[in-house]
Amino acid sequence: MNLDAREPSGPIEDRWTQHKASSKLVAPANRRKYKVIVVGTGLAGGAAAATLGELGYKVQCFCFQDSPRRAHSIAAQGGINAAKNYQNDGDSVYRLFYDTVKGGDFRSRESNVYRLSELSVSIIDQAVAQGVPFAREYGGLLANRSFGGAQVSRTFYARGQTGQQLLLGAYSALARQIEAGTVDMHPRTEMLDLIVVDGKARGIVTRHLVTGKVEAHVADVVILCTGGYGNVFFLSTNAQGSNCTAAWRAHRRGALFANPCYTQIHPTCIPQSGSYQSKLTLMSESLRNDGRVWVPRNEEDVGKDPTKIPEQDRYYYLEERYPAFGNLVPRDVASRNALYVTNDGLGIGPEVDGERRGVYLDFADAINRLGEQTIRERYGNLFEMYERITGDSPYQTPMRIYPATHYTMGGLWVDYNLMSTIDGLFVGGEANFSDHGANRLGASALMQGLADGYFVLPFTIGNYLGTERNFDGVSEDHPDVRAAVDDVNSRISSLLSAPKAKHAPQWFHRKLGSIIWHQCGMSRNGEGLSQAIDDIRELREQFHREVKVTGGEGEFNQTLERAGRVADFMELGELMCRDALDRAESCGGHFREEHQTEDGEAARRDDEFSYVAAWEFSGDPAQPTLHKEPLTFEYVKPVQRSYK
Amino acid sequence: MYLILHIWRQQGPRDKGHFERHEARDVSEHMSFLEMLDVINEQLIEAGKDPIAFDHDCREGICGMCGMVVNGEAHGPQRQTTTCQLHMRQFQNGDELWIEPWRASGFPIIKDLSVDRSAFDRIIQAGGYVSIRTGSAPDANEIPIPKGVSDHAMDAAACIGCGACVAACPNASASLFVAAKVSHLGLLPQGQAERPDRVRKMVAQMDAEQFGACTNHAECEAACPKGISISFIARMNRDHLKSMIASSDDVEARPAK
Repeated sequence: MNLDAREPSGPIEDRWTQHKASSKLVAPANRRKYKVIVVGTGLAGGAAAATLGELGYKVQCFCFQDSPRRAHSIAAQGGINAAKNYQNDGDSVYRLFYDTVKGGDFRSRESNVYRLSELSVSIIDQAVAQGVPFAREYGGLLANRSFGGAQVSRTFYARGQTGQQLLLGAYSALARQIEAGTVDMHPRTEMLDLIVVDGKARGIVTRHLVTGKVEAHVADVVILCTGGYGNVFFLSTNAQGSNCTAAWRAHRRGALFANPCYTQIHPTCIPQSGSYQSKLTLMSESLRNDGRVWVPRNEEDVGKDPTKIPEQDRYYYLEERYPAFGNLVPRDVASRNALYVTNDGLGIGPEVDGERRGVYLDFADAINRLGEQTIRERYGNLFEMYERITGDSPYQTPMRIYPATHYTMGGLWVDYNLMSTIDGLFVGGEANFSDHGANRLGASALMQGLADGYFVLPFTIGNYLGTERNFDGVSEDHPDVRAAVDDVNSRISSLLSAPKAKHAPQWFHRKLGSIIWHQCGMSRNGEGLSQAIDDIRELREQFHREVKVTGGEGEFNQTLERAGRVADFMELGELMCRDALDRAESCGGHFREEHQTEDGEAARRDDEFSYVAAWEFSGDPAQPTLHKEPLTFEYVKPVQRSYK
Repeated sequence: MYLILHIWRQQGPRDKGHFERHEARDVSEHMSFLEMLDVINEQLIEAGKDPIAFDHDCREGICGMCGMVVNGEAHGPQRQTTTCQLHMRQFQNGDELWIEPWRASGFPIIKDLSVDRSAFDRIIQAGGYVSIRTGSAPDANEIPIPKGVSDHAMDAAACIGCGACVAACPNASASLFVAAKVSHLGLLPQGQAERPDRVRKMVAQMDAEQFGACTNHAECEAACPKGISISFIARMNRDHLKSMIASSDDVEARPAK
């Protein structure tokens, strides 16, 4: 297979403009003849569906939630980057591009990242015009903050609810198109398969989650904006429904899956409190600006009241190990070090399954220095949220935090047009692999989702349709369509009739998550990954033998929904471990213990691994085929990161 | 903790429904309310029984998908807290809890604790937006907005669309939900062009969806997990009155589903 990224050439700042100029268009009167399917209504999907509808295409849009407004983009707290340089602090499109390529540890495609930076400025204009109430200064202009250690203030925010406000902006644009009749919205409808006819994506098979009806929807183009696969870890900051099924089913139908091992573990989440835990809650990264991270120096102190542990018995491990950056080291470094100190038996908080997995984030010094009032103004809402969940007040006792899976940089492979290896199947937002390399910078996820949705996909879809032009009519009776529907129905039947039905789907999900968290989480090694591959395969066999799903297919059946999603996570999980095993280097969020510098930092091996690993499904989840897209860096020369 | 739960079970919109008694044992105070239900559901599945259906997604109080009435209070006893953020330390050992779905004719029951809130989407579709074409926006700093105005708009925009306001209202009115969107957009300069039409269209749709009128009980504000003020309802009513007097044309609501 030839992985042609279809990157334009020439000076990087002209590539997107040139590409647009040389692409095909569809005349306004012809657009209504084309049917476009959009799956997912987060920032990427909602924005794409609204914009394509506005352009005049016939759009069918799907989400599994009860309303398009609930997609998990809504939970993003921090902000959205844009190279506006409103602060006059030296920011530029080039600098945002540079920071993103470097932050991704030189594992992303330069042309895509440059385009993302270029489009970032239009996103802010668009959002403000929609009525997104970004934070403002007293003069009435937009406020910015520095985020995640960036040297410029380029992050726009709406209190701690930036994702919510941006999503509601996209949702309102979508609502307007639904009212106008250009978008047909299908909530509570889950995509369970992709329909491919003559090598082209021509539709999807869905199940209506209330009635259980399985049906085919045919179209000329399919766009997946179905988010990431962080819930493969069982516990993550993702929503309960977030799943990989749409992407995984597309993968099984021929779309290559790129860099599945690149996952981001966010350092500041509220630790697990018991084995019943269903999700982990993120606390904004901004807390590390004033909080100091520590654990007790002595193992016998781990169960003590932290306020009674004297200063000399506290181990401020980030400040000691990284004097230059201290508590503000990048996410992956902060996360990994929390793992190391807890592995050494210094973790704090309640024991869950015999381990204490937590570290302190202490605001006592900041409160002494700045006063409680200042801290309340900066973090009041976060402290309240923490207290609601844990029952402890961070004004009186240190917060307990621990890393949790937050974002997945890997996803379906796409070219510069965001088209996958299946013609006519486009992928946007977190579901694709394209822009963040091996590690995503803070406040960049919202930017990418909206850039893809508002500005890239509406354009590249036009180019595809304008190039292909004539689509043979594919009806619901086409044999390939019927075969896809039959496939879905038989998968559903087998989930409902496991031979030795015994455990609920969540039981298996928890087991899978535990394997992946321990062997393919913050720190990975060859032996552990090989073991994980075997363990997952065994668990998968047990799942299909023993999963217990009550109720039937023709009804509202949340157990059946869960079972289908867990089944696909079982296969994706194995691919993740395989990719992590194959990538014998450390980069960004992927840390291989065998490949570290003398200081214990991630050691990249550019000579051998400067490529995108794109996996092809061979028919057997245990035998995927690896394809490589080499990465070249013309503008940002690879360097080793250092935070000492 | 040990708790006695009376949980509303209803097969579908036409089923009569009933309370079913469950006992929750060994409940940790650190569990969220939904995690307590997860544990019961896992036990029900393993026993071959039908688990309790309820909607939920983000479990961090922002998506607005969860919501149930606990002992007569929408989202339960804790102020400004969604059901998913409610933790069991709010209850005492031995407590008896009645758990019900949102009850309103505008929110038909799907199953057990899950209801159909698509009426809210239709109200937004009626006019809850600024009609701006993608790519046609002026520079974001072209129109300065006083910080106080922007903050006030954000107070209204914080609505998560969960429907607790409707569930808490004796009239099952959706006024707080509609007022939040009308005010968010009506306060900002970007929303002025469509302001008179927007409020009339959205209110007409709210009426068509069988939500009741506001009679100032203020139960909605007390139940709102985001603390949205009923002063926005007064604002909406003023806008609506002005628009009714000033505009000559009528608006038509789409029929409710």
